[in-house]
Amino acid sequence: MANDVILKVQNLDKSFGGLHAVDNVTFEVPQGFIKAVIGPNGAGKTTLFNMIAGTFAPDSGLVTLKDKVLTGLRPYQVAELGVFRTFQNLKLSSHMSVLDNVLLGRHTAGTAGFISGMLSLKKSRIEESDAREKVLEILEWLNITEIMNKEVGNLSFGKQRSVELARLLAADPEVLLLDEPAAGLNMHETDEMASLIVKIRDQGRTVLLVEHDMSLVMDISDEIVVLNFGQKIADGTAASVQNNREVIKIYLGGEDD
Amino acid sequence: MKLKRYYPIVLLAGVLVLIQLLTLITGTAYYLTQLTMAAYYVVVAVGLSMVMGYAGQISLGQAGFFAIGGYTTAVLTTIDLTKQINRPFFAFLDNIGLLVHKVTLYGDAIVHLTPWISFILALILAGIIAYAIGVPVLRLKGHYLGMATMGFGIIIYRIVLGTHIFGEADGISNVPAFPILPGITIGGDFSIRVINYYAAWFFVILAMVLLLNLINSRTGRALRSLHSGEDAADAMGVNTAQYKVKVFVIGAVFAAAAGVFITHYNGGIGPSESSVTKSVRYVAIVAVGGMANLWGVLIMGLVLNFLSLRGLFGVYDDAVFGIILVVIMMFFPDGLFQPSSLNRIKRILRGK
Repeated sequence: MANDVILKVQNLDKSFGGLHAVDNVTFEVPQGFIKAVIGPNGAGKTTLFNMIAGTFAPDSGLVTLKDKVLTGLRPYQVAELGVFRTFQNLKLSSHMSVLDNVLLGRHTAGTAGFISGMLSLKKSRIEESDAREKVLEILEWLNITEIMNKEVGNLSFGKQRSVELARLLAADPEVLLLDEPAAGLNMHETDEMASLIVKIRDQGRTVLLVEHDMSLVMDISDEIVVLNFGQKIADGTAASVQNNREVIKIYLGGEDD
Repeated sequence: MKLKRYYPIVLLAGVLVLIQLLTLITGTAYYLTQLTMAAYYVVVAVGLSMVMGYAGQISLGQAGFFAIGGYTTAVLTTIDLTKQINRPFFAFLDNIGLLVHKVTLYGDAIVHLTPWISFILALILAGIIAYAIGVPVLRLKGHYLGMATMGFGIIIYRIVLGTHIFGEADGISNVPAFPILPGITIGGDFSIRVINYYAAWFFVILAMVLLLNLINSRTGRALRSLHSGEDAADAMGVNTAQYKVKVFVIGAVFAAAAGVFITHYNGGIGPSESSVTKSVRYVAIVAVGGMANLWGVLIMGLVLNFLSLRGLFGVYDDAVFGIILVVIMMFFPDGLFQPSSLNRIKRILRGK
């Protein structure tokens, strides 16, 4: 493992009332890796994700991006540092066009404020045309140029997923947090998503994903963390995780115990 | 692409000239008074459209900001400073030309602040109050936010109604005209009616240009994204709390500016301008115009305010705006200027 660690999760802990959702979880994500978080329903995967993305704060523990502490930051501040997320049930601006949604992804790349925007100052105009150029490239890369003027609310679920991914890529993210990127997709779309995620990794980006689709996870992940009842029970390559006795037990049942 | 945005503005300017010429030919120049006032109310409405329609933050207290603008300038330009003129601060203001010396109808010499200063102070005050209210209140959503902003509107209404310096139920009269530039004075004198009509609509156009630019910019897109996806905006790096407060301040400053101009135009302001029914009226105009549709809001703001100011709705004035709001919410939630709404109207007219 020659790669430097980019994202580090240390002793993360969160309880909701009596439920210990995430229990002292520690793992590392090496730069340029696809790392998956798997586990049965209620294992604490999404809670873990929300804490990394700043949606809510952990009770204790630390998340760091290189030498920067993410814990305690609001989601927009986490995004400003280059960590961007998608959502399991898609969060798009449904009344806006595909183009506008993806342009929103360029938000952190710009700095023009309200006054600059209202007066249409040079800075605002240059940023806008740069953003459009970049966004059109991404739309083309994802093969969704032809729907760019459509309102997002009118698109199929699969297309909406592509738009969400396009928006994420527009932000030029260093780390992508993908929350069940294949949820709601058919087999063909899932395969396409898998190869896209690999391509994104090959651009030098780091991907942390939560996913239910085991074949997707096993196919593309460089490393896998397994959670069960909030605790980490395995962490390593796909092969090592597949052969882990405890993992087999939770996924195939525990009669042999 | 960029210039296309301004084509409707050119069209609007043409229509405005046409209207003025029509009133000239038909000898109905008195309409210009209501058209001028309607213009100022349109400025409030398009500002509110930005807050409500685009950013999705309801404000039922917009008349409060209008009143803050109007009353600030009314108080500051009607207080007689004759006794204070010798104090160093006021002498300094006088020396740099910020005080106006006048003789009243009764022959008394009075000195008051120039409206330019009160105008700027009114905008700053409205901005500060909007910020102070906005920071805590904009954490609320939906009808909770509506109630909180309505509470603010009621507070402003009761303050102006109950405070001596604001003229209580009588309001403030004898507010002087506002000489903005050489040859352009905001005031109600018949001799400057035409120039006031154009000045008022110039402000509408200015407001439109600023807002149209804004909605097509980085910040505008972030604002629009708040409407249906605050979580998404947040995840993409938009400081949602700050953006909401900023757009609220912009809406408030627009309302206050309109309040200042209309107060100088009318020569006074009364408490009814700050009433909740006025706030509801602005909301009704934004709703019927299509919420996030600046042009729709402009057109409906012009038409409805003009009809209202002409007295067409008689004693049922407020009721008419209430009915409009109910009907729009029930049958045309996207406003009148939507293909779906137009089809619906056609069907109703044809008898289904």
